[in-house]
Formats: sequence, structure tokens, C-alpha cells
Amino acid sequence: MYKVVVPGDFLSEEANRAGEGTYVADGKVYAMKYGIMDDKEEIKVVALSGKYVPSRGDIVIGKIVEISFPYWIVDIASPYEARLHMSELAKGEERRIEFGSMNRYLDSGDLIVAKVLSVDALMRVDLTLKDEFKIGGRGRLIEISHTKVPRVIGRSGSMIKMLKEKCNCFIFIAKNGRIWIKGSEDEMNLASQVVLMIANEAHTSGLTDRVADFLDSFKKRRG
Amino acid sequence: MKKEEIELIKDGKRLDGRGFEELRPIKIEVGVLKRADGSCYFELGDNKVIAAVYGPREMHPRHFQDAKMAVIKYRYNMAPFSVDDRKRPGPDRRSVEISKVSREALDPVIIKEYYPKTAIDVYVEVLQSDAGTRTAGINAASVALAAAGIPMKDLVSSVAVGKINGEVVLDLNAVEDNYGEGDMPVAMVARTNTITMLQMDGRFSQEEFERGLKLAATACSKIYELQRTALLERYSESIGEGEA
Repeated sequence: MYKVVVPGDFLSEEANRAGEGTYVADGKVYAMKYGIMDDKEEIKVVALSGKYVPSRGDIVIGKIVEISFPYWIVDIASPYEARLHMSELAKGEERRIEFGSMNRYLDSGDLIVAKVLSVDALMRVDLTLKDEFKIGGRGRLIEISHTKVPRVIGRSGSMIKMLKEKCNCFIFIAKNGRIWIKGSEDEMNLASQVVLMIANEAHTSGLTDRVADFLDSFKKRRG
Repeated sequence: MKKEEIELIKDGKRLDGRGFEELRPIKIEVGVLKRADGSCYFELGDNKVIAAVYGPREMHPRHFQDAKMAVIKYRYNMAPFSVDDRKRPGPDRRSVEISKVSREALDPVIIKEYYPKTAIDVYVEVLQSDAGTRTAGINAASVALAAAGIPMKDLVSSVAVGKINGEVVLDLNAVEDNYGEGDMPVAMVARTNTITMLQMDGRFSQEEFERGLKLAATACSKIYELQRTALLERYSESIGEGEA
């Protein structure tokens, strides 16, 4: 069912179906990454590891690392840092943030949910904020590889829905592999344990069922 | 340094019992380091090396960045305890050269354009040495790069051939390297037969050279299969295992 491939593995003769994670040489498709081959409409190789590269429209969880007027510099768990312009926060009644007072809005260490507004050729990344952008309080941030995010969400959201229900937690998954969990201490422990389990076994089949079993048995043990 | 002549071939066999065209036993393990983005432990006979890949990550210092592609950094380092006499720690003439040629051996297969302005760090640590550590290092680094999810066209495999008592043989060990007449490390992309590194120490006739290269190519194909299997096994192993 899952076919693991290695860079350089021959995948197909149909060069017109070559997709992500593949390259074409002499009219043939080869794997470009170490990962799982997906042969539906396009021939793709879904990598099992690798770093997050931002692209326009992604929702990410970022951490403010620096203030450099008029920008906040944001770490987005990627080789590239992102920036957030002052004007993103100076809306409505307050039109302008004075030099030196940016930290009153967002200070280093703060977590935000943001959308990638643009990425230019020099890999300068600009962010824009959503309405509810600040996250914090009694929650927990966990980080997994961005390649495993689709598995945590599951097919049309099945996995995440189950997780939210059975763990009774608020869970937010960002494209860059950062996950925000909010709930009671025990529930957060369980949720983060399960998320890490999914990330570790992301390449196996029948994962949703196994996670369901795990959660049920856990509930039973606790009574 | 005058070398004394010693008998390296007895009854058509080498001192360690191998035939002329025989590799030392190879062991490959993927993902041995938790902190690294990709890692590989590689054993070639008594050679033990470990490779760790970090990145792509932000390049520091900034002026070494390339606006169009990632920069590969490769460090080959021998542990002080890897050889008979203690090796003085730190980079030296030899390790700087090996780092350079090894980097260039891997460079052609890595698709660097995907991560402009970043650095990909490859660290190769030799834990135990018995001749052929640079080839073991390249083999390990190639697997570690793949494991780190770096886009690559292929895997690189590497092996050395040499000349002992006038015979061209595959994969020299330390004794053969010290008392033999020549040593030729080769790195290549086994699938396309593309040579990415070729060095030579000693004298080979054209005939010997060609024979040696052919031996190396066959051996590289074998090593490639082992590298590939090691990568595949890492994931097939855990399928179904998942402790529920």
C-alpha cells in the first residue's frame, strides 16, 4: 500500500504526471526525496522529514524573536525568519505605534497565529494577522515535523476531530508543524502524547484506528 | 619514508582472508541520532563512522549565504582514539582536504536551489579507522542527507581500490594501505555511473587504473543497494509495530 522510495528511484515513464518530490531526467520520473510514493493523479513523493518552507496563504504559529522597527521578527520553525509589519497592529483607533513602544503590543517570546502574506525571491517572508492572533495562557505548544501535519489532521479532518472529542481539548495545528493545545493538565498530557505518537508512526497504515484504540484503552484504564 | 616489502598476498588470498575483489563487511544504520535532522552509522570492516546532517538552516555568517541556493558544509573529523597512536584533535591538512573532496563528491546530487540562502551542515565523525574512512564517510553522509529529507537526484556510493604486491584489489585495509603500492578512492552515483570523486596515491599503469575503476564501479553498485535497503528498512520495520 505504502511504497517507500529513496532519491534516484525510478518511478514511472510518464513524465507528464511528475509531481512534487520527483524530477524528470531523459523523459522518466525519478524520486527526489526519501519518502512515500503517492501514485494517484500525479506521481508524488511525500517526504518523511525536511524543513518547512513558507508559501503564500499558509497559516503558521510564530514566535516573536526580535523587534526591529517597524517590524517584528518572527520565528516560524523554518530556515527563514518572517517579519510582521507594525501596521498589522496599528489599525482602528490607534493609527501609529511610536518607535520604542512596539513591545507593548507584542514582545519577544509571544506566540501568534499568522498567515503568510507573501514570500519573495529572496525568501523574505511577510506575515499578516488574523482576527484572533494572540495565543497564550494555559496552553501548550508542541512541535512536530511539518511533513507530518497532514497525518495529524487526517483524511478530511477525521484524526483531529477524533482527538479533539476524545481528549476534550482545544487543538490548533499550523502548517509549520507547531500545534497549540489547550485543556486541563491531564487532557493536554494525553493529547500531546497522542500527537507525538501520530508523528512517530505517520508512515504506517491504519493509524486512525490504532489511535482510536489507544484513546479508548486509555480512558478505560483511568475508568 | 622507506617502506619495507612485506607479503600481502598468500595463496591467492589477502592477509585478512579476502579475495581480490571482495569488500569488507558493511553495516548501515539510519537515524541513530535524535537531535540531528538526518543521521547514519556506517561500518566498513573495522572502520566506524557516524554522519549527522543538520539543515537546511539559516546560514551564519551571513556573507557566506548564496542568494540562489543552499551552501553545503562538510566536516570530516577523526576522533583522537580512532587510530593506534592518539590523533591530535582538531582540523589538520589531511582532514581539511578530505572535507573538501567529500563535499564535492556529494554536491552534484543535492538539489540546492530549493533552499536559497541556507546552509546544510554535514558532520562526519570517524570513531575507528582502518583505511578507507573518507569513502565510509561519504557513504554515511549520503544516507544521512536522504534521511534528513534533503532533495537529491541520487545517492552517492564510495569505495577505494588499491594495488598490493602488484595486484589490483578492492577496498584496502590499513595494513594493505600502509605497505601497498597504491590507493585510489572513488565516489560515484551507481545508477548512472557518474564519478563524483576520484583520487589516487601511488602508481597505476593505465591498464591497472581501468581495471581498478571497473572494480570500484561494481562495488559501488553493491554499496548502493545496501544504502537503499537500510533506508527502506527503517520504515518498513515500524509498520504494524506501533504499540497501541
